[in-house]
Amino acid sequence: METKYTAQDYKKGQPRWCPGCGDHFFLASLHKAMAEIGVAPHNVAVISGIGCSSRLPHYMNTYGMNTIHGRAAAIATGCKVANPELSVWQVSGDGDGLAIGGNHFIHANRRNINLNMILLNNRIYGLTKGQYSPTSPRGFVSKSSPYGTVEDPFRPAELCFGARGRFFARAVATDAPGTVEILKAAHAHKGASVCEIMQNCVIFNDGTHDSIYNKEGRAKNAIYLRHGQPMVFGENNEYGLVQEGFGLKVVKLGENGVTIDDILVHDAHCEDNTLQLKLALMEGPDYPIALGVIRDVEAPTYDEAVEAQIEEVKAKKPYHTFEELLLTNDTWEVK
Amino acid sequence: MSEQIIVKERDEVIVRFSGDSGDGMQLAGNIFSTVSATVGNDICTFPDYPADIRAPQGSLTGVSGFQVHIGSGKVYTPGDLCDVLVAMNAAALKTQYRYAKPDATIIIDTDSFGAADLKKAAFATEDPLAEMGIDADRVIACPITQMVKDCLAGSGMEPKAVLKCRNMFALGLVCWLFDRDLNVAFNYLREKFAKKPAVAEANISVIQAGYDYGHNTHSSAMNVYRVETKHKVPGRYMDITGNKATAYGFIAAAEKAGLKLYLGSYPITPATDVLHELSKHKSLGVTTVQCEDEIAGCASAVGASFAGALAVTSTSGPGICLKSEAMNLAVIMELPLVVLDVQRGGPATGLPTKSEQTDLLQVLFGRNGESPMPVIAATSPTDCFDAAYMACKIALEHMTPVVLLTDAFIANGSGAFRLPNLAEYAAINPPYVPEELKGSWTPYQRQEENGVRYWAVPGREGFQHILGGLEKDNKTGAISTDPENHDLMTRLRQQKIDAIPVPDLEVEGDKEDADVLIVGFGGTYGHLHAAMDEMRAAGKKVALAHFKYINPLPANTAEVLRKYRKVVVAEQNGGQLAAWLRMKVDGFAPMQYNEVKGQPFSTNQLIAVFTKMMEE
Repeated sequence: METKYTAQDYKKGQPRWCPGCGDHFFLASLHKAMAEIGVAPHNVAVISGIGCSSRLPHYMNTYGMNTIHGRAAAIATGCKVANPELSVWQVSGDGDGLAIGGNHFIHANRRNINLNMILLNNRIYGLTKGQYSPTSPRGFVSKSSPYGTVEDPFRPAELCFGARGRFFARAVATDAPGTVEILKAAHAHKGASVCEIMQNCVIFNDGTHDSIYNKEGRAKNAIYLRHGQPMVFGENNEYGLVQEGFGLKVVKLGENGVTIDDILVHDAHCEDNTLQLKLALMEGPDYPIALGVIRDVEAPTYDEAVEAQIEEVKAKKPYHTFEELLLTNDTWEVK
Repeated sequence: MSEQIIVKERDEVIVRFSGDSGDGMQLAGNIFSTVSATVGNDICTFPDYPADIRAPQGSLTGVSGFQVHIGSGKVYTPGDLCDVLVAMNAAALKTQYRYAKPDATIIIDTDSFGAADLKKAAFATEDPLAEMGIDADRVIACPITQMVKDCLAGSGMEPKAVLKCRNMFALGLVCWLFDRDLNVAFNYLREKFAKKPAVAEANISVIQAGYDYGHNTHSSAMNVYRVETKHKVPGRYMDITGNKATAYGFIAAAEKAGLKLYLGSYPITPATDVLHELSKHKSLGVTTVQCEDEIAGCASAVGASFAGALAVTSTSGPGICLKSEAMNLAVIMELPLVVLDVQRGGPATGLPTKSEQTDLLQVLFGRNGESPMPVIAATSPTDCFDAAYMACKIALEHMTPVVLLTDAFIANGSGAFRLPNLAEYAAINPPYVPEELKGSWTPYQRQEENGVRYWAVPGREGFQHILGGLEKDNKTGAISTDPENHDLMTRLRQQKIDAIPVPDLEVEGDKEDADVLIVGFGGTYGHLHAAMDEMRAAGKKVALAHFKYINPLPANTAEVLRKYRKVVVAEQNGGQLAAWLRMKVDGFAPMQYNEVKGQPFSTNQLIAVFTKMMEE
């Protein structure tokens, strides 16, 4: 009989984020997801970098580290490879994960290390009090860009896919069921999984995700993708997505003879990420923003491959101790 | 013929093999040192290779050298100047002759001394020997290329492959010159080319041809040397480079501590061979991750340490710059970590293949905040094993990152290594948190006797905790910006390092009545010791105190340094150890000898300098 855990078992301390910060909502969903996943708190490691959201490990009754800016993915990599038994969660904001930590983000994805990588995206540097981030849109006005930025943002899914990422999901921080659903899927996925959490900074970038931040907004402006389900959305599921040429097109069911059979069916397991990328990059007002598990493809994981190779070599090579290793060398005796 | 051979007994000889980077000089040198070690000679080797991957063939910048010093007694250095210089082409003769003694025997491949070769080597005339003032009687001028071609004519090998065997002809000649048993070389090659027996046999026939050529053609004119074995500690030995010994030290420590060995690394000269070596030994459970950069190499090792492994990261100076931030994280989180710095010439990319001791102050101080970290400097290729073992022991038992300093000189050099018996090495006991503390334990709770916090490895129920780069409360382990607490934590971290027990500083030579005390650290031990020996043999009163433990310093440091009237700190940097000692020992005002050439010290130069200082 396995021990059953509740959200309470994963909670610790009193969060110090600003009232209304999206991180509060996400943390509650994470506690809930952990309980539903059911891994014992002492077998979980939560590793963050630096930033507002990187305070998160302090509010987890698990093992964890709130490390240094940008390096969480690299630190989590060593943690997972050294002890594959642990369930390792890496938590970063958009600055921590994609600016200073961009290199580690892409390589953790490329290697396909079995990490659950959470990207809390509020498109701003909050802890340093309001500078633009690598996900802020072009022209964004902030303390460090008073006349607007003159650079394009990263789109996290694009970066993840470009690094051969096998799992990408998205949720809005205020949407607890949607968040819990993708966190559980991320845990179930073997390999690196990226969960982009659309999170609002009430102080420095309030309203950045307004179109989808409440339930009504999501009903109009978002689409929940589920593997094997037709891609319909709208307050009454009256809209759907179809493929047109090289792109996607929004259609209204019942108009121009469009029926549910014409609507694309989501395939998160499709190896080819072309359509998944198109879905992930959809933006309003012409397209709905995609939520849920967009890509979920199984592939050999780095940590398992490392273990397997060690076992393989152990079986093949005749030396397994230091003393035996010494004797594999050319030696001579001095009497 | 054989009765005409003049056999000269020598205590030691130095041979330098030189040629193009691609000529296989290192392999020839390695085989020669192995052959010599097998008969019980002590050995010390030094590869001197260019930074270019493959400079244009025959060019002056493309010359690579490999020096082997063999002796009947203890050999401390690869030697200053060689007794035999092998120059496989004109450029090698041009650049390497400066490393030859005035009466050295020179072996050249006359086939690589054509007009074009001489031009590439910037010779002005057609007679390079005369141009360099080399007496032709000392030269074994042999058409090596042609003889190798003739030797392998019927082998069916590609012309390119045939030319790759030139080094073995030179090796055969040298083996003849030193009366070496070729069978050891043959066995070495058969093992090295186990999967390509044809290549092994081709090389073997070329070595034999070189040996025979020497015997038949030159035995009347040249001396043959013999280096006998005098005294040695009995036991089983192998030839080992510093980098390999370092890797072995990590493996041994992991086994002793009962931990998985994790290496997070990124390729960098001259440290990469440690990554190579450890990557081979998966059958011992060694995990190596070649990371995306130096930063991740160290950061992933911090993660592995948190997860309960013996975590190591390896690099050279430029990599330390990048790792410093994660090293500092390990300082504040008080997690065990070993950082290997195989020092090379700096600053920036500097001299990647050359040796210096210029990272000392960087590893002592190159981090933000008060960030004390133990530093150990290996003193010779074989000492890298013990130094690596001790670095791991200190890291694990005192919950701290430790820097292990070696340098390109000892990392690439080799020596005869007596196979260690792990049972004789001190136990390694990390301070795992006792089960009975469950419920009351906090992350920065310290053991009273040494100020070391306990280690709670993830997976243990009831010991969940959060570490991090932010200052923590000494009692609760929660984030704290309290001024008194920060001051206390800063002191506690310092006290913990200061309390690490290290062996006393040993004084060698004229302990009681030296007129001068030579002081050094790390990889210069061999040269400083050789200089002391020679000065004492000449009747001078000299002692040597060589530092291996740099932070914390041995308890008797001040006592030793104050005992002698004259002290000279000799190091391959601008005076970094001297600065550290002045900071740590009140009133210490040594003389200094500093050299930053990327080359090992010259024993003769040291003797000249120290002698002059004694007279001042």
